[in-house]
Amino acid sequence: MKWSAGLLLFVLLLAIVGPWISPYAFQDTNFDAILRAPGFVEAHYFGTDEFGRDLFVRTLLGIRITLLVAVVASLVSLIIGVSYGAIAGYVGGRVDAVMMRIVDTLYALPFIFLVILLMVAFERNFLLIFVAIGAINWLDMARIVRGQTLSLREREFVDAARLTGVSTARIIFRHIAPNLLGIVIVYVTLTIPQAILVESFLSFLGLGVQEPQTSLGSLVNGGVKQMEAAPWMLLIPATLLAAMLMCFNFLGDALRDFFDARHSQ
Amino acid sequence: MMRYALHRLLWAIPTLLLVIVLAFLMVHAAPGGPFDDERAPHPDVLATVEASYHLDEPLPQQLGRYLYGLIQGDLGPSFRYPNYSVSELIGHGFPASLKLGALAMLLAVLVGVSAGTFAALRQGSLTDRAVMSFAMTGISIPVFVVAPVLVLLLAVKLHWLPAGWSGSAGAAKYVLPVITLALPQIAYIARLTRASMIDVLGRDFIRTARAQGLGTRSIIRVHALKPAMLPVLSYMGPAIAAILTGSVVVEQVFGIPGLGASFVQGALNRDYTLVLGIVIFYATLIIALNLIVDVLYGVIDPRVRQQ
Repeated sequence: MKWSAGLLLFVLLLAIVGPWISPYAFQDTNFDAILRAPGFVEAHYFGTDEFGRDLFVRTLLGIRITLLVAVVASLVSLIIGVSYGAIAGYVGGRVDAVMMRIVDTLYALPFIFLVILLMVAFERNFLLIFVAIGAINWLDMARIVRGQTLSLREREFVDAARLTGVSTARIIFRHIAPNLLGIVIVYVTLTIPQAILVESFLSFLGLGVQEPQTSLGSLVNGGVKQMEAAPWMLLIPATLLAAMLMCFNFLGDALRDFFDARHSQ
Repeated sequence: MMRYALHRLLWAIPTLLLVIVLAFLMVHAAPGGPFDDERAPHPDVLATVEASYHLDEPLPQQLGRYLYGLIQGDLGPSFRYPNYSVSELIGHGFPASLKLGALAMLLAVLVGVSAGTFAALRQGSLTDRAVMSFAMTGISIPVFVVAPVLVLLLAVKLHWLPAGWSGSAGAAKYVLPVITLALPQIAYIARLTRASMIDVLGRDFIRTARAQGLGTRSIIRVHALKPAMLPVLSYMGPAIAAILTGSVVVEQVFGIPGLGASFVQGALNRDYTLVLGIVIFYATLIIALNLIVDVLYGVIDPRVRQQ
């Protein structure tokens, strides 16, 4: 867990300060230096691509965009999931039954294909990627939050709030929601890798982030095309993406075990 | 049992209808038309073309027309390949995708269940930890990373297996795509099997069987396997969806002329009708297979039918 968190922090720091280390800009082409192998010569640490663009800077930009999409998408799913789950769990009864039936039905939809459809229809709008990915991932969050809320609403402090005349909306967002924090943090950590996966999947297919902007998915896609001449173009972003996903998954699992252990005590 | 199956079927139909209407509206809410090009055609020409595809009608009427065609298996003409209908294009690509997906699923279940059971019997040992670390890695690394890296290593560098699809004959061309597609599912199924097998092996009836002197092999085969398979069975629905999604990537990387490849082509060409048709086809497939899994679950575990 320490290793995962450390590695993620290191990658994040690199993505933030990295572009200042390198003398190159991500969109600058140089046709005298195409497909250079990685090395310290001319500061092309990760080599160059078929347009002579510096891959160190592009990879770091890719990490930035990948993480940005993942974090914003997770926030979208967090807001939808927590509100939906908390309302269903707190109101209960027939409303809860209907709301959860809707979630069950949505689980059966092939969301990734609908997102691709959305991308085709709306010209790969960057903002839309965030929202679409967030809109997929809120279902698990809603279920978990509902379960927690069901047990929280029986507690004394909720009764006390109700007796003193606090409104339902205020009870949900001021008294119930803060108590969901632990479990929500765990599931956000597990949602981030899922969002990264969807974003890089779309970018890999050429439907996500558009040139000259880039993300880890589009870098892997670019690497596949130059695989035989320049294997580093594939291996570097592929390794980074896999490592980041693994770190997030390990971290999420470890946090879940930690919070589960605390709950069961 | 019949009532349970019917109940499931009654849930599947509105779900499917929801997907179709949602997908249809999404495509039609798109800004700009399918014939917007860099060189804009004459307005009269555009009007004639749109009229021939019924795009000048009000939206509800278009939806009605689309649904009516859908019942008869007609998904309309492709906007980019005017000589083909969407149904023809799907019929063209599906056999290759089906073969690939079915083989991957088979491999995933066989290897995943074996590895999971193996690890469960040696819980806490070095083998167990090795299998589980491998599973975590397999779950984390996406198909579009595994596929090209395997091609680079095994095909381009070592020349053990063919990299592409066309030009290579026989079973060898299936090896890499099927393994790539199956890998994350193997990992997931192994984790599920291990967890549920450990749970089942701790139950009283297993202790009784052991007390009667049965060997581990027959305890697993006769007593433990069936109850331990229930979580795996309920994972089959998501697994099918994941394999369909993965096949889009795998077909792209290996150059397989399947449904996933035409889906991506259609998406990049903005071939609205083709993409819409394939999404509806995938959705129908996923919902139908989920239905079968649900009914099977009811057959194996009578407790579910009571609800």
